[in-house]
Amino acid sequence: MSTTLNLTLQVWRQDGPDAAGRFETYQANNIPDDASFLEMLDVVNEDLIENGKVPIEFPHDCREGICGTCGVMINGRAHGQEKGTATCQLHMRKFNDGDTIAIEPWRAAAFPVVRDLVVDRSPMDAIIQAGGYITAPTGTGGDANDTPIPKEAADSAMDAAACIGCGACVAACPNSAAQLFTSAKVWHLNSLPQGQPERYKRAEAMVETMEQFFGSCTNHGECSEACPKEISLDFIAYMNRDYIKSKRFNRKLAGQG
Amino acid sequence: MLPDSKIPEGPLADKWDNHKFDIKLVNPANKRKFKVIVVGTGLAGSSAAATLAELGYEVDAFTFHDSPRRAHSIAAQGGINAAKNYRNDGDSVFRLFYDTIKGGDYRGREANTYRLAQVSVDIIDQMAAQGVPFAREYGGLLANRSFGGAQVSRTFYARGQTGQQLLLGAYQQMMAQVDAGKVTLHTRQEMLDLVTKDGEACGIVTRDLTTGEIKSHSAHAVVLATGGYGNVFYLSTNAMTCNVTAAWRAHRKGAYFANPCYTQIHPTCIPAADEFQSKLTLMSESLRNDGRIWVPRSPDEQRRARDIPEAERYYFLEEKYPAFGNLVPRDVASRNAKTVVDQGQGVGPLKNGVYLDFAAAIERDGLDKVWERYSNLFEMYERITGEDPRETPMRIYPATHYTMGGLWVDYNLMTSVPGLYACGEANFSDHGANRLGASALMQGLADGYFVLPYTIGDSLAGKLGTDPVSTDDEVFQAAEADVRGRIQKFLSIGGTKSPDYFHRELGKLVWNYIGMERDQNGLEKAISEIRALRDEFWKDLRVLGNTDTINSSLEKAGRVADFFELGELMARDALDREESCGGHFRSESQTEEGEALRDDDNFQHVSAWEWHDMDTPQTKHAEELIFEEVTPSQRSYK
Repeated sequence: MSTTLNLTLQVWRQDGPDAAGRFETYQANNIPDDASFLEMLDVVNEDLIENGKVPIEFPHDCREGICGTCGVMINGRAHGQEKGTATCQLHMRKFNDGDTIAIEPWRAAAFPVVRDLVVDRSPMDAIIQAGGYITAPTGTGGDANDTPIPKEAADSAMDAAACIGCGACVAACPNSAAQLFTSAKVWHLNSLPQGQPERYKRAEAMVETMEQFFGSCTNHGECSEACPKEISLDFIAYMNRDYIKSKRFNRKLAGQG
Repeated sequence: MLPDSKIPEGPLADKWDNHKFDIKLVNPANKRKFKVIVVGTGLAGSSAAATLAELGYEVDAFTFHDSPRRAHSIAAQGGINAAKNYRNDGDSVFRLFYDTIKGGDYRGREANTYRLAQVSVDIIDQMAAQGVPFAREYGGLLANRSFGGAQVSRTFYARGQTGQQLLLGAYQQMMAQVDAGKVTLHTRQEMLDLVTKDGEACGIVTRDLTTGEIKSHSAHAVVLATGGYGNVFYLSTNAMTCNVTAAWRAHRKGAYFANPCYTQIHPTCIPAADEFQSKLTLMSESLRNDGRIWVPRSPDEQRRARDIPEAERYYFLEEKYPAFGNLVPRDVASRNAKTVVDQGQGVGPLKNGVYLDFAAAIERDGLDKVWERYSNLFEMYERITGEDPRETPMRIYPATHYTMGGLWVDYNLMTSVPGLYACGEANFSDHGANRLGASALMQGLADGYFVLPYTIGDSLAGKLGTDPVSTDDEVFQAAEADVRGRIQKFLSIGGTKSPDYFHRELGKLVWNYIGMERDQNGLEKAISEIRALRDEFWKDLRVLGNTDTINSSLEKAGRVADFFELGELMARDALDREESCGGHFRSESQTEEGEALRDDDNFQHVSAWEWHDMDTPQTKHAEELIFEEVTPSQRSYK
């Protein structure tokens, strides 16, 4: 049977994007250790409402680690201490009775706080919009088996495509860089035959859009450590290679520009 | 009166082609003159928005998420069906159609279902062209598996994250159109009302979830791709924000709601662990391909699963259904699990689950092979329960997963409100009373990519030269005033209980009375108890905070209010349908073997409900189902 925990929470509260924030301290008592981290916050919020206090806003939705909506800094670490685990999949059995837990929103200039623990991650959509797609309008695909793809290549593309777009990589990075997120999409598409025609255009557009919002990568590797899908740092190297090549391949042919 | 379903004449196999030829087209140069609103950016919404924009229409896409990629299609695990017959195992468009109609217990429309099977093959081509990293064989060709009750291997998949990869494909395709300026994307905007003028849909009213701004948007047509209503059960596999509000607001504006009692209970979910449980997590039913389902024969069993000898295990599906075994359809698997748990044979600390055991598969294929197939599911299970499925069997139990009912639509996917369309899970059309595994993704993309973009032209063509109704028009002003009034009402009740409290209590009523088994007595109770709880909600609700900022309590209050009205209609529909079919099981109507017993003489129809007002129950319109190609038979999976 499950046991219960009593915890002290220090939670970042901020009324709006321009308001000053502050830590507030709450008690979370009798939390079953089978509860998820977000269910623990649910209990705290029910308690706040009962006491007439405005509940904590925190990002969440699917609660099965795939939608990428959730994510907070837990004791200074994006998604907490468990490797390969999104906040919603972190369970209270990983904590000890009497623990104090600090909970903060993602920290990055590109992700301004909207309220409490909720941030605005729209720059990630801007990167996808810049080139994170294969131009194949509906109806234009030939038979799917006309283009065989070696299993290893398809697996590698899938490893990259597994990114859930939560932004933990940015939050964990000392530079607030978004290389891991961007490279995961670049490699997913650039490694497939279908992605070749736009390969270098895509790399250039996505990297340069990324740089409008985010910091520079200095290979700390914190991103991959924090990533709930354990996306590999290798993809950053692949992206850099394609970006450098893009500067040559994208140039219009001499005399035709 | 129920509008014409517009099912085309002619042989089943030719209906769709004939229809595409017969309906009106909009000239390519004129498409840019039409504005279409798409609400929801899941598989159906994103694919529809992208395709409409590629065709040339001006599209406004709305999502209440911070990004379109968060839509709950992303959580689908197992796969997507298509009648490609790549395995050369006898699959065909007709077989996929037949399986779908039969699986739906002959409560779906033949023509719609056949069209779904037809376009299924195009979906795989489209998604492969988009770069969706489907699973492949070593030769580089696409892999398939058999899934949830199918006797052919027609399911395509991307590890256990098929929904994620398909949604990202459709989302990326839509973002390309955002970049091209053809789709205007509105994130964190929740649709709170449909606006109609002279009986036709002309726009929507939204609330900006970060600033609270109430705004009107007008268009020539409105497409709802807003998903299902499974969260009425509170505990379900849906995401926390999934809701019925967009569809329900449309219902209140004249869109008939069809077959609300057709809800699907998914057999393989992780059982609830405690009372704070906020949602249930689905384990893909692809696991049933290799897992064997059993419970101890003795209700007093105390030993660990591994220590219970074979002879003392009850493999209830394999024993009762030798031909299909663990792969019987979802409703059959779910009801049988309920039966053994009700008999006290359940497993786990709360005795609320059954075992799903991989020991035999590991023995047969080796741990590596099994791990390759299911690693992400095994890891997910271990993360949630703290138990390793390689060492000890999984514990599973049914949970609400999908809703076959939804807004009534004709063959063009238009609702009973002209100019208002419904796509994907939000409509009722293709699955009858029960949906086959791996068919939800198929239907969402079929509607969004290959059906709606053609059929919408039929009604738009007649509007050439007209402007959308101005948002200054009194119909928009009145709708905005209603929305504001409702929000103020939630904030001003000043009661003692949170929206979550009411949602949880409502969910208990719906699960107990309108869950896996229904009967007259329970359904009558459901109606009166839901009404009583609803009255309490409107008197004792507590929503704190303001409207000009994120306020998830306030958002939740609106959704729960609509769930109350929907829950009552579900009970009414289930009460009216005095037969069992698919996911709707009336205990008064079963065979001697305990299977769902249909009553084709009286209930071979779609029940489409028309809203009147809060004090007058909806009235039912019946659309007779005519079967020209298949003969309804008693389902048997023995």
